[in-house]
Amino acid sequence: MIHGALPLAADGLNFDWSFLARSIFHPSGPFLHGLVRTVYISVLAQALGTLGGLAVELARRSRWKPLRRAGATYVWLIRGTPLLVQLVIVYNGLAALNLYRFTDITLGPVVILGVVQAAVLTLAMNEAAYMAEIIRAALDAIDVGQKEAAVALGMPPAMTMRLVLLPQAARICVPPLGNEFNLMMKSTSLLSVIGLQEMFLTAQAINSATFKTFEIFLTVAVYYLMLTTIWGFVQGWIERRFAGPTQAVSSPRLRERLFAGSAA
Amino acid sequence: MTAAAPVLLEARDVVKRFGDRPAVDGVSMKIHRGETVVIIGPSGSGKTTFLRCLNHLEPIDAGDVLIDGTSVGYREGRRGPVELSPREVAVTRRRIGFVFQRFNLFAHLSALDNIALAPRNLLGLSRMDAEERARQLLARVGLADKEASRPAQLSGGQQQRVAIARALAMRPEVMLFDEPTSALDPEMVSEVIAVMRELAEEGMTMVVVTHEMGFARAAADRIVMMDAGRILEEGPAAEMISDPVHDRTRRFLTQIAH
Repeated sequence: MIHGALPLAADGLNFDWSFLARSIFHPSGPFLHGLVRTVYISVLAQALGTLGGLAVELARRSRWKPLRRAGATYVWLIRGTPLLVQLVIVYNGLAALNLYRFTDITLGPVVILGVVQAAVLTLAMNEAAYMAEIIRAALDAIDVGQKEAAVALGMPPAMTMRLVLLPQAARICVPPLGNEFNLMMKSTSLLSVIGLQEMFLTAQAINSATFKTFEIFLTVAVYYLMLTTIWGFVQGWIERRFAGPTQAVSSPRLRERLFAGSAA
Repeated sequence: MTAAAPVLLEARDVVKRFGDRPAVDGVSMKIHRGETVVIIGPSGSGKTTFLRCLNHLEPIDAGDVLIDGTSVGYREGRRGPVELSPREVAVTRRRIGFVFQRFNLFAHLSALDNIALAPRNLLGLSRMDAEERARQLLARVGLADKEASRPAQLSGGQQQRVAIARALAMRPEVMLFDEPTSALDPEMVSEVIAVMRELAEEGMTMVVVTHEMGFARAAADRIVMMDAGRILEEGPAAEMISDPVHDRTRRFLTQIAH
């Protein structure tokens, strides 16, 4: 019998409880800093991406054909390529091409790193394509009578959109928007590839110094789970707030949200 | 109303096709100021489509619709009529109120806001003035106590009355009603009809697509019978109901009267 593939457990599990407990309950400064970055980059990128998505969708509904084409092409390009590739193209590719180099910007006491700018921009651009799709679906879900009623009163198209359609679409958008933000927070781990010290890359740095790979990335997983769980609370609150009498079905309670196998 | 009143709304040989099928096949009609015209006809006769052509909810394929001599939706181009931009059409539409079969109240707004929205944003009324106007209209349709209610909290009859108030808030010169009671439970029909009768008595110019012959008998100056996209016959309400020329009209009236 050849013992080429001996189960590792035969040596005893190489698991350091106290290291895990320490890294979860007393995370290091750089790790916390990475966590904070993960949060604010996600929030910024989601906000900009939502606005961008609205702009793209409005372009796709324009009366002007070139604008419709441009919007459709944008969604096609962005959804058709991996975020990871987009990140490298925007941050490293553009610099290598000598086209644009993201440099640090100092605004009073705050320094915005070039890599952070590239990260927020790319994540927002990527998100805009998906948000455009979500907003499209929401607008399409609104009964056509709503638009006709506004038009019959004499509202021009832009006003109909602003006063009648978008407020109703916003409500429909909340659950998928929550899903998008959940994904966004986890997508920030991809930023490690352009060298942004967010939570995941910080963990990698700690790993190469300690080799406690399992404990460290379990910690990372716990922290992402914490972020997405907190967001679950916030989203539930937003949905309950938004749910007017127009909405027949109330949003699921947190317990259902956590354990009913929601897509994410 | 007397036929001497000036023509307010006029359809001239209006044609509307869906694909190859003409839904409205050359309909002309003059509606005088203060007149109430009821359009009847079997399902598929083109009456709803015709009504929607009157305020350009449906662009037309031929003919013209004029309000006070101004085309609704078109201007004269070098090679025939050119459709106006949605913005331009919108300005003309403010003169024409429209009430839908399915009410179409803005689902995200209270009854009051449903009514106040257009005057505030299109007529430049202040919030206070627009809400004051809305309150008066709600009182007029008997729903003063429902101003904070959302559409989903109102019965069909109440929703339709709010919808009428919403259209009236723009102070239109003519009101178009597209089967306003067809989506209502029977016990709610009368409350909507009562509001419409009052309007007619106050001298509002109205075009009403309906099968409510009670309303037609009481409020209509004229009844127009449509069939297969054309006007089959028309005449004063009493004559049309009691003594129609065409057998088709007679059979139709019997069918809906049962």
